[in-house]
Amino acid sequence: MLKQMISVPESAYMYWKETVRQMNHIGVGSLIIIGIISFFTGAVTAVQFAYQLSGSYFPPYLLGFVIRDSMIIELAPTLSCLVLAGKVGSNMASELGTMRISEQIDALEVMGVNSTAYLVAPKIFAALIIVPPLIIISAFLGVYGGLLAAVNYGIAQEMFEKGLLYMFDPFNVVIMLVKAYVFAFLIATVSCYQGFYVKGGALDIGKASTRAVVFSSILVVLFDYLIAVVMT
Amino acid sequence: MYWRESMRQMNSIGIESIPIVAVVALFIGAVTAVQFAYQVQDFAVPMYYIGFIVRDSMIIEMAPTITCMILAGKVGSNMASELGNMRITEQIDALEIMGVNTSSYLVGTKLVAGLITIPMLIILAALLGIVGGLLAVVLSDLMPLGVYERGLHLFFVPFNVKMMMIKGFVFAFILSTVACYHGYHVKGGAIQIGEASTKAVVHSNILILLSDYVIAEILL
Amino acid sequence: MIEVKNIKKHFGDKKVLKGISTVFEAGKANLIIGTSGSGKTVFMKCLVGLLEPNDGAILYDGENFSQMTKKERKSIRRKIGMLFQGSALFDSMTVEENVLFPLNMFTDWSTKEKMDRVNFCLERVNLVGANDKYPGEISGGMMKRVGIARSIVLNPKYLFCDEPNSGLDPQTSLLIDELLTDITKEYNITTIINTHDMNSVMGMGEKVVFLHQGYKDWEGSNKDILQSKNQLLNDFIFASDFLKALRKGIDNVG
Ligand SMILES: Nc1ncnc2c1ncn2[C@@H]1O[C@H](COP(=O)(O)OP(=O)(O)OP(=O)(O)O)[C@@H](O)[C@H]1O
Ligand SMILES: [Mg+2]
Repeated sequence: MLKQMISVPESAYMYWKETVRQMNHIGVGSLIIIGIISFFTGAVTAVQFAYQLSGSYFPPYLLGFVIRDSMIIELAPTLSCLVLAGKVGSNMASELGTMRISEQIDALEVMGVNSTAYLVAPKIFAALIIVPPLIIISAFLGVYGGLLAAVNYGIAQEMFEKGLLYMFDPFNVVIMLVKAYVFAFLIATVSCYQGFYVKGGALDIGKASTRAVVFSSILVVLFDYLIAVVMT
Repeated sequence: MYWRESMRQMNSIGIESIPIVAVVALFIGAVTAVQFAYQVQDFAVPMYYIGFIVRDSMIIEMAPTITCMILAGKVGSNMASELGNMRITEQIDALEIMGVNTSSYLVGTKLVAGLITIPMLIILAALLGIVGGLLAVVLSDLMPLGVYERGLHLFFVPFNVKMMMIKGFVFAFILSTVACYHGYHVKGGAIQIGEASTKAVVHSNILILLSDYVIAEILL
Repeated sequence: MIEVKNIKKHFGDKKVLKGISTVFEAGKANLIIGTSGSGKTVFMKCLVGLLEPNDGAILYDGENFSQMTKKERKSIRRKIGMLFQGSALFDSMTVEENVLFPLNMFTDWSTKEKMDRVNFCLERVNLVGANDKYPGEISGGMMKRVGIARSIVLNPKYLFCDEPNSGLDPQTSLLIDELLTDITKEYNITTIINTHDMNSVMGMGEKVVFLHQGYKDWEGSNKDILQSKNQLLNDFIFASDFLKALRKGIDNVG
């Protein structure tokens, strides 16, 4: 009745399925929050820059330029990833922590599944695939939020749009994407590490997920600075 | 009783968050300085403007908003999972049976502690952000210390500090209430605690940025 | 067959296993009994390598598991099924997906073959109609049965069950015992079961190992238990008045 089993190596399909599940988890779950946050970040930045620069000799069309570049270089990647550290990072840590405490990881090990490869690798991989598009969306929505807020503040739309097209440097997009990949990697690895090695009970899962948020946030801003120094 | 619990909360919200708030603020200040210098390098903007920009960005926006978003991730998720754990292990029910008013004992004390400590953390963040900008420009030889300092004194508007404090209190209130709400009303088991703490983070981040915009609109 | 030679395990200063040797034969249900905290779970985890013993050797059909490389261990583990004390179901997966998981991971069967096997196993543990429920939505006893279905789905050569019928009603408990005995005989499995349940001990314990404070205090078959003069074992087994009365009856006859 039972065919020759246990001959095939662990099926690659299962790894892919887990990766897709994680991509869905990270991406779809975070789209709304990233969208809303980026929109308002752009809006706030516009209002505040307009205020900060009023009275100085910047021409008003520069607002569009400043918003565009701030979103691309700094706000879209860094702010989004700080938010993702809070959401996705704590999620990964508590998911793995729960699996550790309830012996699901041991169950995988006993089956002969390489639990690190099966649980951690798809999370890192999924983060690397999904986070950069989220950041790109974030940049666009931020600029759009800035535009609406600027118009609301009394700056002509054509002025803002002129600024948006002013002196566009594609290299800034490269900086943004580098940041996106680095941050995604940091958040996923730090959070998985914290969750995977949980010991104790339910309270320790909470602690691990707090540590995941704290350490990944710190690393994100640290690498933000390093990338800024190296690339600009 | 209430006072002791508030002190305990102030310790866990305030003191234990100092390191992360400090590190994040230092680097945010540094990044703001480095990137602003890069962004305006093609314009005839005087170098000392960097000090001015870092100071104002930190006070108006970065210190209150980024600090509170980080705290939503750390403190907010912590409050939610602490209360959630108490809920599912029936500790809250046990307190109720003893006749303790759990919402004021558990939630009220957290709210008070948040309202007291978080604005202080924001002031700390603003100061350290400015220091971070200073270190970054001096370390990367962008300009001498004196020039940066000159920018720091330029066009200082005390009103901005007031705005920072208003943001601080509003965000602290949002963060504590949202987190406590999600934690207090957990149903189920360990997984639901995790979900509650994620919801706490997500909802407070969204509300913080929303009110950030509203405050900027009204006050500016 | 699994041979255990002088296994010792301590956590820091706390000595949990103090040198245990025994043999678990194939085609037999081997029971490990002992009070709560006597080290049953730790012992079982040492056997499958989830915990590293500090001393001693474990031989799977003559092969020394303790000295194997990771890769060799993995090939042994593919022949192991294990039910955890807390079931350890994957809570992101439904009942069906949990049982399907080892098949997806390690076989290249068609979907139909896999589903047939899954449903066959779920039927054997008397669990029909819960296929699409998540672990959070079923009772503890149901989780145990899903755990058992998952541990036997690949037809293991070695089967470890940590308290398979704690939390089950007597009827289902009996059903699980029968199931474990049946498949043990049918496929000549080396089955090792941790239990507190005296019904199981009497019903299926062809070999019983009694652990006490980290030592193997007694071993034998369920038939020997009633005759045994071992004081600790007697205290453990005859903790209930019903069994005490039974024991009196035996003594009177004897
Ligand atoms: N990781 C660990 N670190 C320290 N001590 C441990 C650890 N795991 C188990 N112990 C200790 O080893 C002893 C035996 O535990 P074990 O879980 O094996 O008991 P058990 O016989 O399975 O009990 P039960 O019937 O309640 O499941 C206990 O005193 C426990 O505190
Ligand atoms: Mg046990």
